[in-house]
Amino acid sequence: MDFMNTLRIALRALSRNKLRSALTMLGIIIGVGAVIATVSIGQGAEYLIQQGIESLGTNAVFIAAGSNRAGARTGFWGVRTLTVEDMEAILREVPLIRSAAPVVFTRAQVVYQNQNWRPRIEGTTPEYFQIRRWGVQAGGIFSEDEVRSAANVCVLGVTVARMLFGNQDPIGQTIRIGEIPFRVVGVLEAKGQSAMGEDQDDRLIAPYTTVQRKIAGITWIHYINASAITKDAAQAAVPQIEALLRERHRIRNPEDDDFFVSTQSDVAEMATQTERVMNLLLGSIASVSLIVGGIGIMNIMLVSVTERTREIGVRMAVGATEADVRRQFLVEAVTMSMAGGVIGIASGLVGSWAIAKFLGWPTLISATAIVIATVVAAGIGILFGIYPAWKAAQLDPIEALRYE
Amino acid sequence: MSIEAKSGPTANTASGGHAELIRLENVHKIYHLGEVQVHALRGVSLQIGRGEFVAVMGASGSGKSTLMNILGCLDRPTRGSYFLDGTDVSQLSKVELARIRNQKIGFVFQQFNLLPRTSALENVELPTIYAGLSPAERHSRALAALERVGLADRAHHFPSQLSGGQQQRVAIARALVNRPSILLADEPTGNLDSRTSVEIMDILQHLNEEEGLTVVLVTHEHDIAQYAKRVLEFRDGRIRKDYQVSDRWVAREVLPTLPVLDDLETVELGAQDAPAPGPVSSSEVW
Repeated sequence: MDFMNTLRIALRALSRNKLRSALTMLGIIIGVGAVIATVSIGQGAEYLIQQGIESLGTNAVFIAAGSNRAGARTGFWGVRTLTVEDMEAILREVPLIRSAAPVVFTRAQVVYQNQNWRPRIEGTTPEYFQIRRWGVQAGGIFSEDEVRSAANVCVLGVTVARMLFGNQDPIGQTIRIGEIPFRVVGVLEAKGQSAMGEDQDDRLIAPYTTVQRKIAGITWIHYINASAITKDAAQAAVPQIEALLRERHRIRNPEDDDFFVSTQSDVAEMATQTERVMNLLLGSIASVSLIVGGIGIMNIMLVSVTERTREIGVRMAVGATEADVRRQFLVEAVTMSMAGGVIGIASGLVGSWAIAKFLGWPTLISATAIVIATVVAAGIGILFGIYPAWKAAQLDPIEALRYE
Repeated sequence: MSIEAKSGPTANTASGGHAELIRLENVHKIYHLGEVQVHALRGVSLQIGRGEFVAVMGASGSGKSTLMNILGCLDRPTRGSYFLDGTDVSQLSKVELARIRNQKIGFVFQQFNLLPRTSALENVELPTIYAGLSPAERHSRALAALERVGLADRAHHFPSQLSGGQQQRVAIARALVNRPSILLADEPTGNLDSRTSVEIMDILQHLNEEEGLTVVLVTHEHDIAQYAKRVLEFRDGRIRKDYQVSDRWVAREVLPTLPVLDDLETVELGAQDAPAPGPVSSSEVW
């Protein structure tokens, strides 16, 4: 018996019990739909994180003040030992590092006429914009000279510009941070949310000297954004920087480090690791529902074999071989799971579209996920259809014909 | 009207003049039911020629159903040989037996055994699917078979829309569709009233007389056996009597003497003459 006939018989058998077939398929539909939707959410998040990380520059090396001694990361920003001199030493003695920018940050109230806002305030050097590949959409950035002279100039993130100036042009205007007037020299390009969900445009950037002395009142810096000559050099530079800083800070035991050095790939790895765990979790929950769907199919197929014992007997009496009967029930199970799979994919796509639209989560439809879902759906049909099909084929035609 | 009075036992003889179609040689069938062994057939030898019309009679447990299952290649003898159309089928594999059932044997059952929610035409097509015929060939053969039993105008009716007699006629059409060598009917009238029973016997007699089809019929009713040409009586797994029916009844002559019960139960053999109540007229079927 050829395949088209088998398929036709299967469709006919399934359509005889429409409600039952639909309910049976529902398990697969939900399973596949959940897989597609969760994978697309996961992929969307991963893509966003990767993009955020790449926007920092793949050669980036991140040197943060902080201590590990009190336990993991509790000491971030908690020490006062990292200085601009450290940065200058790194630039001088670690040739793998091409450029670096110190960063101090704080929060302060910023006022323009009757508007005020409380953004993150960062103090740095012009290299910062280059290392982070962050240009201005209007005006310019401050100069080395202005850093040296601790000039009262600043560059605004678009969020800050919008909050303070609305539709006005901020360039050349004077704002106040506390009591100190600052001249706005530029507005940064919009960057949007970071991978961690923070609004990257909600910041004001000024020379680090100005921020250190006039706003935060400190002499140390929080971290250094550095850039290596290549991506590989970034990795190689880490131990050199660590050695140099230990020497400068007179640290013998690496456990006593008062700084963290990491590269972009470390951050990327950590982020993707987190994402992967999340995806795995979501995926395994979805897979469980797929298995449950498969068991539903098996259950219904077993019921169907029992109900159709006579039919099986008749088919055998008129010439169906065991293989014919087996194939018929197997094709029925696979048809159900595949139809469920296709509907599941469609509902998964609709679902992830709806999530993107109404919840604002980024989603990324993955062709791989669709292919895998299809294969898995078919596989489940086969896996859970084999036993009922085998049972049907094992029936003795004489017994089957007599079955009441 | 006793059969036995008119013909004596003439065991194990093929009726003269017929080419041999079936030969059983010392066939035994033993079932193992747990600890118990049931000796259902105890050395049955018989020959059936082409064009014969044999009624197999006997009480339940006499072995007649077992004989039918073996003749129908649904079961294999424990001992002995079964030659069908010159082939020893007692040693064939399950797949080969399925092929024989498909090509050489047509079954008619007491319970009709039509697939529910499947049109008469598709029910009749069923054996042709396993024969691997093309859809066009299947369709034309199934329609032709329905025409032979006078149900061409009911081709698209479901079994639930047909009377018992009509269902059995669809089942006969299904049995005929692959042009088998033999028609095996297991109590075909067991679920039908007496008039409809005679109508079914009329079809079987017609197929046997006019088209030369070999018919083997299992029944426990003497009245039905009277329509056959030869009777095999079984008891305790053996043939007790084997004789030719001398004053054979002809269904076509009996029918007019029977009362018509009511319109619903009436199965009009000349279906074309009767008004077709169904939604499909015969002209639409073609």
